[in-house]
Amino acid sequence: MRFRSIVITLLCLPLLAQAGDPKVQEKVLTNGLKVLVKEDHRSPVVVSQVWYKVGSSYEPGGITGISHMLEHMMFKGTDRHPAGEFSRIIAANGGNENAFTGRDYTAYFQTLEKSRLEVSFELEADRMRNLNLLADELKKELQVVTEERRMRVDDKPRAKTQEHFMAMAFSNSPYKNPIIGWPADIAHYRIEDLQAWYQRWYAPNNATLVVAGDVRPEEVFKLAEKYFAGLKPSDIEPLKPQTEVEQLGVRKMTIKLPAKLPYLVMGYRVPVLATAQPEWEAYALEVLAGILDGGSSARLSSRLVRGKQIAVSAGASYGLISRLPDLFMLDATPAKGKTVHDLEYALKEEIFELKNELVSDEELQRVKAQVLANDVYERDSNFYQAMQLGMLETVGIGWEKADEYVDKVNQVTAEQVRAVARKYLLEDRLSIAYLDPQPIKEQAQSGSKTGGRNAD
Amino acid sequence: MRISWLTIVLMIFTQTAWSAATIEHWQSPQGSRVYYVQTEGLPMVDIRVTFDAGSARDGYQHGLAAITSAMLDAGAGEWDADQIAERFESVGAQFSTGVSRDMAWLSLRTLTEKPLFDQSIATLRAILADPNFDEADFQRKKTRTLAALKHREESPGALASIAFYQALYHDHPYAHPRAGVIETVAGFGVDDLRQFYRRYYVAANAMVVIVGDLSKKQAEQTAESLLAGLEVGERPQPIPEITMPDKGSTKHIEFPSTQTHVLSGLPGVRRQDEDYFPLYVGNHILGGSGLVSKLFEEVREKRGLAYSAYSYFSPMYRRGPFTMGLQTRNDQTGKAVRIMKKTLADFVANGPTEAELVAAKKNITGGFVLRFDTNRELAEYANMIGFYRLPLNYLEVFPQKVEAVTVEQIKDALQRRVKPELLQTVTVGGK
Repeated sequence: MRFRSIVITLLCLPLLAQAGDPKVQEKVLTNGLKVLVKEDHRSPVVVSQVWYKVGSSYEPGGITGISHMLEHMMFKGTDRHPAGEFSRIIAANGGNENAFTGRDYTAYFQTLEKSRLEVSFELEADRMRNLNLLADELKKELQVVTEERRMRVDDKPRAKTQEHFMAMAFSNSPYKNPIIGWPADIAHYRIEDLQAWYQRWYAPNNATLVVAGDVRPEEVFKLAEKYFAGLKPSDIEPLKPQTEVEQLGVRKMTIKLPAKLPYLVMGYRVPVLATAQPEWEAYALEVLAGILDGGSSARLSSRLVRGKQIAVSAGASYGLISRLPDLFMLDATPAKGKTVHDLEYALKEEIFELKNELVSDEELQRVKAQVLANDVYERDSNFYQAMQLGMLETVGIGWEKADEYVDKVNQVTAEQVRAVARKYLLEDRLSIAYLDPQPIKEQAQSGSKTGGRNAD
Repeated sequence: MRISWLTIVLMIFTQTAWSAATIEHWQSPQGSRVYYVQTEGLPMVDIRVTFDAGSARDGYQHGLAAITSAMLDAGAGEWDADQIAERFESVGAQFSTGVSRDMAWLSLRTLTEKPLFDQSIATLRAILADPNFDEADFQRKKTRTLAALKHREESPGALASIAFYQALYHDHPYAHPRAGVIETVAGFGVDDLRQFYRRYYVAANAMVVIVGDLSKKQAEQTAESLLAGLEVGERPQPIPEITMPDKGSTKHIEFPSTQTHVLSGLPGVRRQDEDYFPLYVGNHILGGSGLVSKLFEEVREKRGLAYSAYSYFSPMYRRGPFTMGLQTRNDQTGKAVRIMKKTLADFVANGPTEAELVAAKKNITGGFVLRFDTNRELAEYANMIGFYRLPLNYLEVFPQKVEAVTVEQIKDALQRRVKPELLQTVTVGGK
């Protein structure tokens, strides 16, 4: 079997690649800040990321999106570095910087030439505890976030469908809320809300500092001590559980919006690495997602898009790194002449087969080969590696899991894939949203103007 | 002191960090250009095979280059689409194709372990030299393309972009959208694709980029074996020059969105433009430096009018667009456009301050290593340098060229090349 020999070669690869791969070094400062360092000396660059354990899933009703709003406000200055200076200093040092907010984390990052790491530490330590939150700045930034919401969600039929879908699929889990927040909540943030949120979550003992690149761990730890050790820890009040209520049958909704194509979203409630009992279930779901949608040779492409030609696109996704149980998602666009219901039936046929027949050895090996190869490819990017560590640590799984991932996926059997399909991909755990496109009314008006400077 | 800093880099860093700027170049026996950078440390390689066969080669058949490129891996040699996908993915390789206005490329990322590498390369070779263009596969691909074109009409941003290129380029080959339009794509037959392939996918019109953990000898053999099956053929004539607009224009497209998408600009620079560096550095200050640019400051930071406000030059074989863009609540459009245009007009009239220029140079040169610290970025650069025939030491001299730019040069280049009264402005949104 040609295939076997290839897979065996592949299985040795990570070992080869990892032979020269320095281990992640960890140090916890006395104030609780965890510092992680991943060395990579291939280029003279360094990425520095600060991860806070707070995101949209931490938010109570009425202030959804406040973690994201605070992320924007974090660029508005401290006593030492007034508004705008943070970005100017990073820019003057040749750096790239930005921030992102998720359901379970808020992260800030800079990428710099390696000798400039100290610049990042000084600025991040300063804004961890000394942010100036001013009502005037909030007023302006609120408009910006409102525009951001319009751009990301309000004018995008599929994004809006997904937002409504999540709100239906969960009853009381905070995953029902959009990361950017509901419009009414965004409109009514007060500066006091932001101050309270900042005070509550932004502290060294609720953060992880991840550094990846051309650095020496002992030097990074020394720098981290210098800038972060003096920051006071906070009493972090544990979150209330908000455990999702049981689902008692399939949930369906129709979304009518001006759009051109119908669209279908399906999601089954599943455990994640943090909640799976036993743990292998999460890895088996990961492999199952690969069987359906691990590239162009996977089942959704080869059977639904090419074979039956029932879909113009079809995807499956599962993310095993999150704090709370999540959804195993499927989404698809029907081909011309087919409906979302034809598509739903075809996707359910695929699910049915996964429950009743073991996946082939070839398919299983292909998914594992991709995971192994990706593990090599991902090391091409410091940023991605730092992100993996930060995310694992911040959702409470622990960064050490990064090293286990490839092995654990490798251990998944065809029987385990079938077992998780049987246990979780059930009608009573399913939610479905259909986008029903309404006509778009449009007309072009054009006028040419000539003449002076800036006639408008 | 950049120069001495570079010497330090040379002494301290491993060979790999420095080889980032060492691009080797040779002609393959078939007459194609090959660009090679050796990187070490990871058993992987990024390969691009690029043709002068982008959408500017469509002629009247808008979308032909894109659909030809998309059909390449739908069956080749003895393998159908499923088997090709299988051959790549079973060895963990990632394959994709794409087109820009200037180029069509095939991109492969694979591990270098011999049996895996050999299988990836053999598959890519078949796709290059012997695509099937099967009728049934073509009909399926056409249906999918038409759906994608229809889907585009949901997006005010996509509609704005189409109208913007139309306004800048009229009947030039750059004017139409890369993926084509429903009216043209609906009329294609599979023979149109075959003809396009035979004319443009030839060795004389090809270049190969290899970046990764392969020796030079391996790279030579790889390039040669990839190109072996291609017809020699000939290079196409250069696409025509751009005609610059002689007056400004404004076009509004009514769309039921909550935001209006605004694009404003004019044909800008060529890749080999003598004005490139002053314009690049100038634009960096105006709208190219993210959170600290003038446009970002005026539109977003001071007034909260938009989430993103930016400008950029897209250098192409001919003058690619200079674009300013933002999106704002419908009723604020007039105000946002005025501020955007005024910011540009002031900048063109006065140029940057000395302090702004110093800050921009610090940003560009201080972070220059960040631009090619991954294999993928290096492959992109090598591809660009090769396709547009820039000097091989382009990356090495880039920081020096930036350092040499003066306030006067920026002002002079902007005043000649970005006349505010010639702006073509497109708005798509609701009342």
